[in-house]
Amino acid sequence: MSGVRVLVGTRKGAFVLSSDAGRAKWEVSGPHFAGWEVYHLKGSPVDPNRIYASQSSGWFGQLLQRSDDGGKTWAPVGNKFEYEGVPGTHKWYDGTPHPWEFKRVWHLEPSLSDPDTVYAGVEDAALFRTTDGGNTWHELAGLRQHGTGSEWQPGAGGMGLHTILIDPTNPNRIYIAISAAGAFRSDDGGVSWKAINKGLVSQYIPDPDAEVGHCVHRMTLHPSRPDVLFMQKHWDVMRSDNAGDLWTEVSGDLPTDFGFPIEVHAHEPETIYVVPIKSDSEHFPIDGQLRVYRSRTGGNSWTPLTNGLPQSNCYVNVLREAMAVDRLDSCGVYFGTTGGQVYVSPDSGDTWQAIVHDLPAVVSVEVQTLP
Amino acid sequence: MIRVVMPFHLRNLAGVGGEVLLDVEGPITRASVLDALEERYPMLRGTIRDQTTQVRRPFLRFFACELDLSDELADTPLPQPVQDGTEPFLIVGAIAGG
Repeated sequence: MSGVRVLVGTRKGAFVLSSDAGRAKWEVSGPHFAGWEVYHLKGSPVDPNRIYASQSSGWFGQLLQRSDDGGKTWAPVGNKFEYEGVPGTHKWYDGTPHPWEFKRVWHLEPSLSDPDTVYAGVEDAALFRTTDGGNTWHELAGLRQHGTGSEWQPGAGGMGLHTILIDPTNPNRIYIAISAAGAFRSDDGGVSWKAINKGLVSQYIPDPDAEVGHCVHRMTLHPSRPDVLFMQKHWDVMRSDNAGDLWTEVSGDLPTDFGFPIEVHAHEPETIYVVPIKSDSEHFPIDGQLRVYRSRTGGNSWTPLTNGLPQSNCYVNVLREAMAVDRLDSCGVYFGTTGGQVYVSPDSGDTWQAIVHDLPAVVSVEVQTLP
Repeated sequence: MIRVVMPFHLRNLAGVGGEVLLDVEGPITRASVLDALEERYPMLRGTIRDQTTQVRRPFLRFFACELDLSDELADTPLPQPVQDGTEPFLIVGAIAGG
């Protein structure tokens, strides 16, 4: 019988939540790597038992862990991330040059065809790749050495590369996004890159439509239409119908267009989900009502989803990596909060229930749909 | 044998319960002790000092014989009681953070 495995990264460890296709009864394992920040875990699409996890600590630095048995046991793999060549500088918060310094791995994106190949998005922003199951990592330096690299600047959470999307029809096409540099695309497997930020407008930078400097929070795509991209920016929900060459705003009737995650339905390429959050700096739901918004029209027209979600006194946040969908016939939607709840909707967002209530603050949520 | 005491999370990572006993060849220095420690427990590489620069991670310190040796040169001989195995070399995590 098919089922799902939800991989949850938190500020104090990782958890694995498992259920059959009913998604009503859950088993919880963890904490794995207790006490460590786990920014992200993700399984190989080719071999679901192969899972990679990013484990980090302010004291002890970065570790990478690998499981070959679906998250039951783990073993450390390589954790040496060296920028290629002389790293140079990017801009610091005050605009002065600041040396590139590796801090942590924000995102792990396993290859669509090889369980030993994984891309890693790191802070300070760069893209690394392993082709030996995580034992060694090498930078795809064309991104950081893109002509604008010296102009990139961190967001409040650091200068992290947080989104990696691989085109399922063309593995040489890779999209990435960086806070707060923007979105970039490679058409040659990561060797060379171009900024794809035309159409983005950000009032918090001197030139609102500059080539780089936009604080992209998250991007997603549907595998059946990899040229169509959706983006949650630091204000503005955007879409592109031409692989990022041009973006248009689709915030439409959202109560606020600020938020962090964005996801697309597994079977409906025009159905997308966001979690509007109040900003500046409050970063909690409007009026204490936790609401996922769904658009069935690829944006512009949005409907609040509230059934099963707290509608009073709720002041949690939902971070950029903390939303995912499964691929069961009735698409499941999942998200985790900084209050430690992980919610599931087994019916595309119509109804919600908490799988767990009291985990440490949730940083990331990924879902594996198991045969 | 050189006695090394690590913080909980590093003991956990290395899969050891208490003190680690190391047979260190040549001069007994912080560098040679950490080299031997990482040789036996490769999963510790990068968690105590930077893998490239060998610089101590900022929230860790090195103590022995009631002395803070954190800012000593890496090739400075460790105190004689550490070399004799009568006192441990302590790797200590900062008491900080949430």
